[in-house]
Amino acid sequence: MASPLISPANASIFGIPMILFAVLIPSIGLGILSYILWKRWIPLAQSAPDSRRDRIGTRLLRTFLYPHHRMPRYMLVSAIHITILAGFIVFALHWVRLPLMGIVDGFVLPGLGGVWGNIFANVKDLTATLVLFAGVFALIRRFFFKPGRYRVPERYGKDRSHETYIALFFISGLMLLDMFLGGSAMAARITAGARTELIIPGTGIWWVTKGLVQSSAETLQRIHTGAYFFHELMFFSFLCFLPTGRFFHLLTALPTLFSMKLDKGTVKPVRWGLTEEQIEALPSFGVKLLEDFTWKHILDFYTCADCGRCSDHCPANAVGRPLSPRFISIKSRDYCYRIHPVLGTAKEGQPLVGHVLEADEIWSCTTCGACEEECPLLIEYIDKIVDIRRGMVDEGMVPQTLQKPLQSLEKRGNPFGKLEKNRAEWTSSLPEGFPTLLLGKQKPPADTLFFVDSISSYDESVQPIACATARILDALNIRFGILGPAEKDSGHEVRRFGEEMLFWALRDHNTEAILETGVDRIVTADPHAFNAFKNDYRGIPPVRHIGQVLAEALATGSLRLKSVENPDTVYTYHDPCYLGRHNGLYDIPRQVIDAIPGIRRVEMERCRDRSFCCGGGGLMLYYEAQEERRMGQVRVDMAKAVQADVIITACPFCMINLADAIKTSGLEGRMQVVDLVQLVEQHLIKCVE
Amino acid sequence: MADTLFAYILHTDGKVDDTAFELISAAKKIVPGTLPTAVIFGSGGSLDTACNQLSSQYPQVWKIDHPALAYPNAEVIRGLLVRLLPENGLMLIPHEHFGMDLAPGLSIKSDAAYIPDVVHIQGLQDGILTVVREEFNGQISTHVACDISKGAVVTLRAGAFQPVEARSETGRILDKTDTAIQGDLPGGNRRFLELVEAPVGDVDITKSDILISVGRGIEEEENLEMVHALAKAMGGDVSCSRPIVDAKWLEKSRQVGTSGQTVKPKVYLALGISGSFQHMGGVKGAPFVVAVNKNPKAPIFQSADVGVVADILELIPKLTEKVQEVKG
Amino acid sequence: MEILVCVKRVPDTAENEIAVNRDGTDIERNDLVYSVNEWDNYAVEEAIQIRDRVGGTVTVISVGDEASEEVLRREMAMGADKGILLCDPVFEGSDGRGIAGILKAAVERGSYDLILTGAQADDGSGQIGGMLAAMLDWPYASLVNTIEILDGNRIKVGREIAGGNQEMNEIDLPCVLSIQTGINEPRYVGIRGIRKVASMEIPVQGSAELGIPPESVGAAGAKVKRLDYFVPEMGQGAEMLEGSIDEIIEKLTELLKSKGGLK
Repeated sequence: MASPLISPANASIFGIPMILFAVLIPSIGLGILSYILWKRWIPLAQSAPDSRRDRIGTRLLRTFLYPHHRMPRYMLVSAIHITILAGFIVFALHWVRLPLMGIVDGFVLPGLGGVWGNIFANVKDLTATLVLFAGVFALIRRFFFKPGRYRVPERYGKDRSHETYIALFFISGLMLLDMFLGGSAMAARITAGARTELIIPGTGIWWVTKGLVQSSAETLQRIHTGAYFFHELMFFSFLCFLPTGRFFHLLTALPTLFSMKLDKGTVKPVRWGLTEEQIEALPSFGVKLLEDFTWKHILDFYTCADCGRCSDHCPANAVGRPLSPRFISIKSRDYCYRIHPVLGTAKEGQPLVGHVLEADEIWSCTTCGACEEECPLLIEYIDKIVDIRRGMVDEGMVPQTLQKPLQSLEKRGNPFGKLEKNRAEWTSSLPEGFPTLLLGKQKPPADTLFFVDSISSYDESVQPIACATARILDALNIRFGILGPAEKDSGHEVRRFGEEMLFWALRDHNTEAILETGVDRIVTADPHAFNAFKNDYRGIPPVRHIGQVLAEALATGSLRLKSVENPDTVYTYHDPCYLGRHNGLYDIPRQVIDAIPGIRRVEMERCRDRSFCCGGGGLMLYYEAQEERRMGQVRVDMAKAVQADVIITACPFCMINLADAIKTSGLEGRMQVVDLVQLVEQHLIKCVE
Repeated sequence: MADTLFAYILHTDGKVDDTAFELISAAKKIVPGTLPTAVIFGSGGSLDTACNQLSSQYPQVWKIDHPALAYPNAEVIRGLLVRLLPENGLMLIPHEHFGMDLAPGLSIKSDAAYIPDVVHIQGLQDGILTVVREEFNGQISTHVACDISKGAVVTLRAGAFQPVEARSETGRILDKTDTAIQGDLPGGNRRFLELVEAPVGDVDITKSDILISVGRGIEEEENLEMVHALAKAMGGDVSCSRPIVDAKWLEKSRQVGTSGQTVKPKVYLALGISGSFQHMGGVKGAPFVVAVNKNPKAPIFQSADVGVVADILELIPKLTEKVQEVKG
Repeated sequence: MEILVCVKRVPDTAENEIAVNRDGTDIERNDLVYSVNEWDNYAVEEAIQIRDRVGGTVTVISVGDEASEEVLRREMAMGADKGILLCDPVFEGSDGRGIAGILKAAVERGSYDLILTGAQADDGSGQIGGMLAAMLDWPYASLVNTIEILDGNRIKVGREIAGGNQEMNEIDLPCVLSIQTGINEPRYVGIRGIRKVASMEIPVQGSAELGIPPESVGAAGAKVKRLDYFVPEMGQGAEMLEGSIDEIIEKLTELLKSKGGLK
């Protein structure tokens, strides 16, 4: 429909034809953007290789599923964000056609003419209103309510809220300008008595049209031309603004999501694309300089939206350790931008630890995975931290308290320095007449291996878990055996603390020992060993956690449980990180617990995939962190808040940390912690075949 | 052997160290009925005071008086001793930081045998001295035999031998300064600069009557809170063993031991301390010692009066509560 | 600065692991693992730090059997430039003076400005450094917990003495120092580090190369001889309190009160 106003393609500004601007602004804008993107590309090209092109179908599916699964974990912001995101998707077509409309008069995108054009226009206008609303709301929320998650503690730098204000200014501005662009045309048509398309009452454009209907044709023309000009200017400025800060994620989100880590619970190899022999020959292990990161990790730094969800859930951050995952991304990103500036030449890089990141920041991580579970952009942290730890280990920069257990692991296969021959001493607490457990001595040897791992073998407070597991397996008539002195530490934490080669030594030793026994399956009560066997080891029989065995036995009826002794006792289940988050086993332990008739179980505020780490296991027990409280104490407080009398857990390290926290919180006698197997054993009805 | 048995005397500010009197009882075990000659280096009035103290137990005191000896420098003193001591003599020295500086080199320079850190004397027969030493951080003992007929330097663990009572006669004090110095002082290639005193902490545990001492068994720094609470309830002060200071959980001024403070409390509560001789060596005066440790085989139970096998993390809060109750 | 550090391979002594063998001639060595003596490790770290500050080389040296090579290699993985193993059947059974004599012969074949040893090792003697210094006629300081290089001829050291005090001394080079734990924070050495130095040569020198008459070393030349190992009989020890934790607390509080432990 012809407009009484001069369309942008035919307009001019101070005598200069708009076409010139319509060509120049996008050209210069895209030119600058390309230049900036090229500069951002360079660090990626210089970085270590990564492997992200496998299982394309899964990747595509998850790229669209996960962010929408993750975002609503913070409901309010999610509503704002989805509105704005949906708005951008709708506007994408519009933003593409606008420059062309400034060159070719009456330009219409194929498929968006006629009725479809009107429908699209209305959808767009409705969207613009919602986006404007959301933008203003976001502004008010950030400016007046200042959510704690966004706060930047002094040690990490300066507040960057200005980035958000600028972005919201752009977004709101673009919406408004579009409303004025359309509204001025609409007003002119109404004044001229021409037929007008439907506009939805209450939308922004509707309001603008109403307001402009009284204005003179000249004013309307000025507004129309001006709106177009400023819109284009603003749009292409916005594009160039994106790669300068947290809003880069608008451009990098899709490739980053597509390149997501598919295998939870694993740790990346020292370098992708090399055999272990080749890795061994590398002159340097781990990440020491920025370019030692893989391109995906550097892309992660670019993509971080600075939202703070990760740090909000980081248990280390919650107890005052110098770790805040968000700032690992932001500091590394800023450092990358500093040494690879858009303007000027690249600068010499420096070792990350000591200049950008602190050693304690990196050692403080318990690898619980809470950060990765929250991030809507699926940014990875654990692999990066492990890589940086590898670099520090390579340089000998290992905290003194970790050196002794590492050396003990090397010499004795356990971090305590205890004798190998005593590894199976815990079995002496088993009842008399218990069958021989050493696989080497059984005739014939059992086909199930019970892998005990170091803590359950040697620590007096945890040996009862091993005993209970043994007794239950026996009660279920599952014939099993243990490796005994031939067993070495699974090496799970050794790997995650950066001592890759020691991990290989432990892994190879255990793999050989396991294969020699000829067992068909492995059972363990230790989620760290479980995760190691499932995700770090190769070529061994399948492994299950004792919880899975119990759930199966319940289903087949071979396990029956008697009623809880005291129905008033309040139980709560604490999800261990390596059973829950890393391996998705949330329901099975709960099923087992709930199978006890009459048991009263409540959930703590943070449960399942938001479970709060107990403090960590393996080598983490030896690390002296600078913290205000212990993680275990925070967790025990959560249990107290739901009036739990008993915390049930399914991990020996959780047991140790929580038991310790109960003591130091002065709750001894009023709260206790028990392992799942112990709970089950207490309620076992010995079944007849 | 009377004229060839010597004892090196440690002293500070005119006060003779307890080890001086322990050396005598060691000497008596080596050659029963014989008392060694005391050899003491120093300067001025404080040296004289020390000599007078010594003459109540030693029959003979050799005094070497020179301003340069005001602070003992092992390099200097070694050279002087070599000039002074007769061949084939037996030199007894306390095994502590000065002895460790002096003795090994002295044995070489006087071409004598060397037995360090002796805890028990078995006996001397046909020129062979048999003693007991400890190895592997005190876990194992060994009998050691040494031919001392051509001379020997033996260092003795502080506190391993009972100090002797005073004699009735007063010993002679001989000034051996000129014999030793003969015009020049040896050992000029090491020069004493100054003594840097440990920063004074907020508490001087050497003056405390009641000490609640904590060791590795406390496990985490955060748990020290409960120890402080107990100390407050009991009206005592918190002290510790070396690992706690090495971990920087408490200041050095709180460390009890041979390389820390020497304390003389009335009551010593050892919590989670294994009881190595380096630690117990800092506890003097026979206080009432209560030891709590998870390990029933911990050496501390040998030195304690009362022992409890328990987890200190469990025991401490309960004890604090009870103490508060009793005190009302 | 040319620095030599004397290191020793000793058994790891976690608590209560050392036992006497059946006939009392030695400790039970079957299940033992060995590593570098902890004090020596601090000395090597200190030497490396000094070298990194003022330049020069760090050589680690050990008197021992072939197994001692692993310890030398580990210290080289840590950062020492060279390693020398002094190994010869005639050295076995040497007493402290014997070992010091062997080291002296090796020192005289090189040219060193500074020799470091650990303050003590598994037998708790703390004698090698002092003896070596006297044999070389070099000044000595034991229990050193801080070192400052003043110039090419002098250093300033602090010694750890009683009461947490520190004795500051100035010493002329060349000299010998024995190093106390806690002087620094030794860096970590992992499997990978050791693999990296796996092919570096560690020359072995025996009595012939060193020009040491066999009679002066070994068991034959030792004046101090170990006769046996034993565990002394325990004395009566403490009166152990029994009962439940509450009963114990009750008794304990009573006792403390009666002994003046509650002020």
